[in-house]
Amino acid sequence: MNFRAIRAIYLFEMARTWRTLLQSIVSPVVSTSLYFVVFGAAIGSRITQVEGVSYGTFIVPGLVMLSVLTQSISNASFGIYFPKFVGTIYEILSAPISYLEIVIGYVGAAATKSIILGLIILATAGLFVPLHVNHPIWMLTFLVLTAVTFSLFGFIIGIWADGFEKLQMIPMLVVTPLTFLGGSFYSVNMLPSGWRTLTLLNPVVYLISGFRWSFYEIADVSVALSLGMTVCFLVACMAIVAWIFRTGYRLKN
Amino acid sequence: MSPIISVSNLSKTYGSGFKALNNINLEINKGEIFALLGPNGAGKTTLISIICGIANPSQGKIAVAGHDIVSDYRAARSMIGLVPQELHTDAFESVWATVSFSRGLFGKPKNPAHIEKVLKDLSLWDKKDNKIVTLSGGMKRRVMIAKALSHEPQILFLDEPTAGVDVELRKGMWEVVRALQASGVTIILTTHYIEEAEEMADRIGVINKGEIILIENKTTLMQKLGRKQLTLQLQGRLDCVPPALAAYNLELSSDGRAVTYDYDTKGERTGITSLLSDLRNAGVRISDLDTRQSSLEDIFVSLVRAP
Repeated sequence: MNFRAIRAIYLFEMARTWRTLLQSIVSPVVSTSLYFVVFGAAIGSRITQVEGVSYGTFIVPGLVMLSVLTQSISNASFGIYFPKFVGTIYEILSAPISYLEIVIGYVGAAATKSIILGLIILATAGLFVPLHVNHPIWMLTFLVLTAVTFSLFGFIIGIWADGFEKLQMIPMLVVTPLTFLGGSFYSVNMLPSGWRTLTLLNPVVYLISGFRWSFYEIADVSVALSLGMTVCFLVACMAIVAWIFRTGYRLKN
Repeated sequence: MSPIISVSNLSKTYGSGFKALNNINLEINKGEIFALLGPNGAGKTTLISIICGIANPSQGKIAVAGHDIVSDYRAARSMIGLVPQELHTDAFESVWATVSFSRGLFGKPKNPAHIEKVLKDLSLWDKKDNKIVTLSGGMKRRVMIAKALSHEPQILFLDEPTAGVDVELRKGMWEVVRALQASGVTIILTTHYIEEAEEMADRIGVINKGEIILIENKTTLMQKLGRKQLTLQLQGRLDCVPPALAAYNLELSSDGRAVTYDYDTKGERTGITSLLSDLRNAGVRISDLDTRQSSLEDIFVSLVRAP
């Protein structure tokens, strides 16, 4: 293992985060606070309780997941797309490092960033609504798993994209709708049964459900299923990344 | 001398079907400066990219100091520093940070003293805290060289290192390259400036349309293919070369006031003495003479143009 190289990539990526602090941390926090004001205070005041929890409190795990998902994807996709775009990727490809090390460096940094962000948002939420985490270890497990999985997914998008347009396309057209429809703002049980069945095809449902369970012990699907689906998605992303590096897809001629 | 890089039967066909390299065989000796010459699109950059791991070979094998570049890529790549042709830089990083990053990427422990030396050698020390985006093109080029030297490579690839660099700076780079060679580094450079190859290289390889058409010691090449030309300025005008001088294949200038004579310095006889006496016998009087040796550029052009 070339640990120095992993460290170099990781620190390089983290330095980019600190350099763009406003864009990477402050703006997601501001937009999440807006969700609280709109959904929690304005609309939430008219909804009594969801499964025994006040609506404002109910949406916290979903909102954290929403940010962690989108930020993981955008951090990781941008992190690998940018060197491709400006050409500095030549140095990564010519360095004595394995593909695994490259992925650990980039994905590790992207995931770290979104985990930090998730925790900041959680703390921000604590200012608006009373919070209680029943299973902190599981909460962190789901948070880390999700951050890593979607950073890997973002990494794949960053390699696949050959223009800024494509870089935005998947997060905009696929991930955001799936997240909104994945139960961030409602319980899947509130849906008519036909929709509920359809919703279960959405992988994000399992992430949010598991994460919410770690807070309030209420879940749309069983925790084991949530965990299993998350791990499945993680493994699928890993397999695609392995294939990308084996073939040099969009990286090497 | 043992080869530090050996390329055997290397071919590269791009996805589009374009054959960029065709059965390349090449050995680079340890400690030499090897200049790879060729017109645009000849395959120079493709060859370098494959050796450095940026592109995949379609066929063939490459070993760097005995390490296969595919199966033993870590050992092979850690010996190589690459300065690509294009100026690819992290615009918002400082010079110091980007050069230190390169060292880490190549798995070397921190060594601020070495980085300081590299930056000083390349006259970048006073710019170390500047963001790269604020630097001039010539400075960015030197930053890229500094990145390549940050991990103390034993082999340095310079792909068009002096493209767009002014004359003074170019001379400065040549000095850096010579100092590197003196410290035992093997250098492979591609260039459009034949003058550069003529000045720097120990050996020359010419590549055209994806094939190596010649590899030769520079001095041997210049002796073998270099021609000398004698130009005689005449006192009067000639309408045609006198028939008595036909054997010399003289070329008369358009104004009739000069003749040129091609000769071979390696030949047993250059024929100059007899030409001069025959001219005198023919009543042609000379006012001045000068000789000129063909440059590497002439040789290169004639090689690449040859069918």
